[in-house]
Amino acid sequence: MKFIDEFRDKDLVRDLVRRLGQFAAGPATIMEVCGTHTMAAARFGLKTLLPPGVSLVSGPGCPVCVTAQADLDGFLALGKEPGIILSSFGDMLRVPGTATSLEKERAAGAAVRVVYSPLDAVDLARQETGKQVVFFGVGFETTMPATAVAIQVAAAEDLPNFSVFCVHKTMPAALRALLSAGEVKVSGLLCPGHVTTIIGASAYDFIPQEFGVPCAVTGFEPLDLLLGIDSILHQISRGQARVDNVYRRAVQVQANPRAQALLTDVFAAADAAWRGLGVIPGSGITIKEKYRQFDARARFAALLAQVPPPPPSACRCGEVLRGVMRPQECPRFDQACSPSHPLGPCMVSSEGACAAVYRYER
Amino acid sequence: MTALINKVFLSRYGNAAFRGDDSALLRVGTQHLALTTDSYVVTPIFFPGGDIGRLAVSGTVNDLLTAAARPLALSASFIIEEGLEIKALERIAQSMRETAAEGGAAIITGDTKVVPRGSADKVFITTTGVGEVLRPGITGAAVRPGDKIILTGSVGDHGATVMIARENLLEGTSLSSDVAPLTEIVLNLLEQGCEIHAMRDPTRGGIAASLNEIARQSQVCLEIEESAVKVRPGVAAACEALGLDVFKVANEGKMLIFVASGDAEKALALVRASRYGQDAEIIGAVQDGPPGRVQVRTSIGTARILDPPSGELLPRIC
Repeated sequence: MKFIDEFRDKDLVRDLVRRLGQFAAGPATIMEVCGTHTMAAARFGLKTLLPPGVSLVSGPGCPVCVTAQADLDGFLALGKEPGIILSSFGDMLRVPGTATSLEKERAAGAAVRVVYSPLDAVDLARQETGKQVVFFGVGFETTMPATAVAIQVAAAEDLPNFSVFCVHKTMPAALRALLSAGEVKVSGLLCPGHVTTIIGASAYDFIPQEFGVPCAVTGFEPLDLLLGIDSILHQISRGQARVDNVYRRAVQVQANPRAQALLTDVFAAADAAWRGLGVIPGSGITIKEKYRQFDARARFAALLAQVPPPPPSACRCGEVLRGVMRPQECPRFDQACSPSHPLGPCMVSSEGACAAVYRYER
Repeated sequence: MTALINKVFLSRYGNAAFRGDDSALLRVGTQHLALTTDSYVVTPIFFPGGDIGRLAVSGTVNDLLTAAARPLALSASFIIEEGLEIKALERIAQSMRETAAEGGAAIITGDTKVVPRGSADKVFITTTGVGEVLRPGITGAAVRPGDKIILTGSVGDHGATVMIARENLLEGTSLSSDVAPLTEIVLNLLEQGCEIHAMRDPTRGGIAASLNEIARQSQVCLEIEESAVKVRPGVAAACEALGLDVFKVANEGKMLIFVASGDAEKALALVRASRYGQDAEIIGAVQDGPPGRVQVRTSIGTARILDPPSGELLPRIC
């Protein structure tokens, strides 16, 4: 496949690995911010290729994993109401809420539909005129434009039965919070390639400037990841810190103007609760007033107010998401917690750090 | 699913004949027979490359073949949702007849029930097959270190095709299911005296499920060469787009064949000479490593495990 096979080339990988070994000076902990990086690194066994002392640690970039328990509980509660159809990306299906999951609710008779795009949920609303269709808007900047389009389309048609339960989150604010807390010492960040196609590489300029941490915007194939690691090790060895873009076939320095126009039209910045990280100022979005009728939190406010706050969870995803603990270090990993009996989202999300280790590295 | 089968069924039916393979074995006098049954549910019922009828016959024929049995006779039971067009049913029946003939078996009995609209989804088919065991002892538990693993063609074709047809995704892709009876491949190998230890058709759960089952049953370690497993470009693209692991996507016309090392090249040539085996490859070997483990040597030369799939395949966010 074009743009994929070239970046899985065995010989190029070998050459690059040799180069990494030549100038890597001392230990370095590199955080792969994005869950898709985590999964790709595990699937290709990249950790075994790194020079001694250079290690990868997962960050907060799995959108399913950082969804607050209270938000998921709220969405699940809506599914108990007759006449409400819950629609979601497939990733959310097995994620455990406090008492249940979308998969269990579907088995118990709730109307739960997996969609491939927010526009599929709009389509569903067109067909199911007597019912309310609520779409769970999850994801970082990558998926936000698609949700924005769905809301615009619903508004243009004045669809009375479509709304979005918005839990979208924005990446730069989360990285600022993580680095400010200083809990985890990272030598460099592999910044998320897909997110950056929307927000542009310049969105991370504050990281080298304020925190002195080298960044590389990185794609998802083995060579992409190694190029990102190569960039960070180079920056470290020269005492530099900047934002390097090694995913140039997809990412530009500036934000995607069309996507930004969509986001500005539909969403406004807001504080957001992250699983394991708490409330981070400015790290989420709300649906603007002019589209309020498509905001499920507003439309079903009375119902949502009755959902009890979640009790403390046995899952230690928070520590994994902050890069403080590796999945294998969790006492519940592969014991009480496994993909068929997950205690938290990191074990079931296709981008989850625990799932990556469970699937590929045990 | 395995846990459910063990808890509910195996604990109650459990007897010597109820075992971890796709077919049960019966002994009648000196004759060994294989018996297997399977229910088929697929949406849509007609898809590029096949239909539910061809699927129902191929699946049962291939399950008999995994026990080294020559397929003899099949039964076919239909649960039909009220309102299904007779034309659709005729098309399915015709397809079953042709597929059975191709697979060397006859459909000799059956049953039909019509249920109210909404109680079933168009049509469900259960097929049961009986076959004559040509060589006893071929089972998922008979694999040994040193064996080579032959895969008879590309992976993921059926699962990717059906998923894309069901969801109307990725317009312009031209995928086709691989659904087919593999009688020619297997009977050739047996008739030519190849030392086969096990066979498994990697249907739901893909080769990841089948390889893990065999590794567990035989208490061996399997090592697979990722680059030796063929994936058609359209299937690869669909799996990349949907975030699916192609090793976990269903096949309906492929066989994993575990053969003694000395016979591997001969067996490979025989498989490649068959209609549905032209793309066959040796994809790996059985090792002395940790029992029950399946390892993949990746395309970039690293090693990782291949875990069994858990639950349905779900597309991902981004």
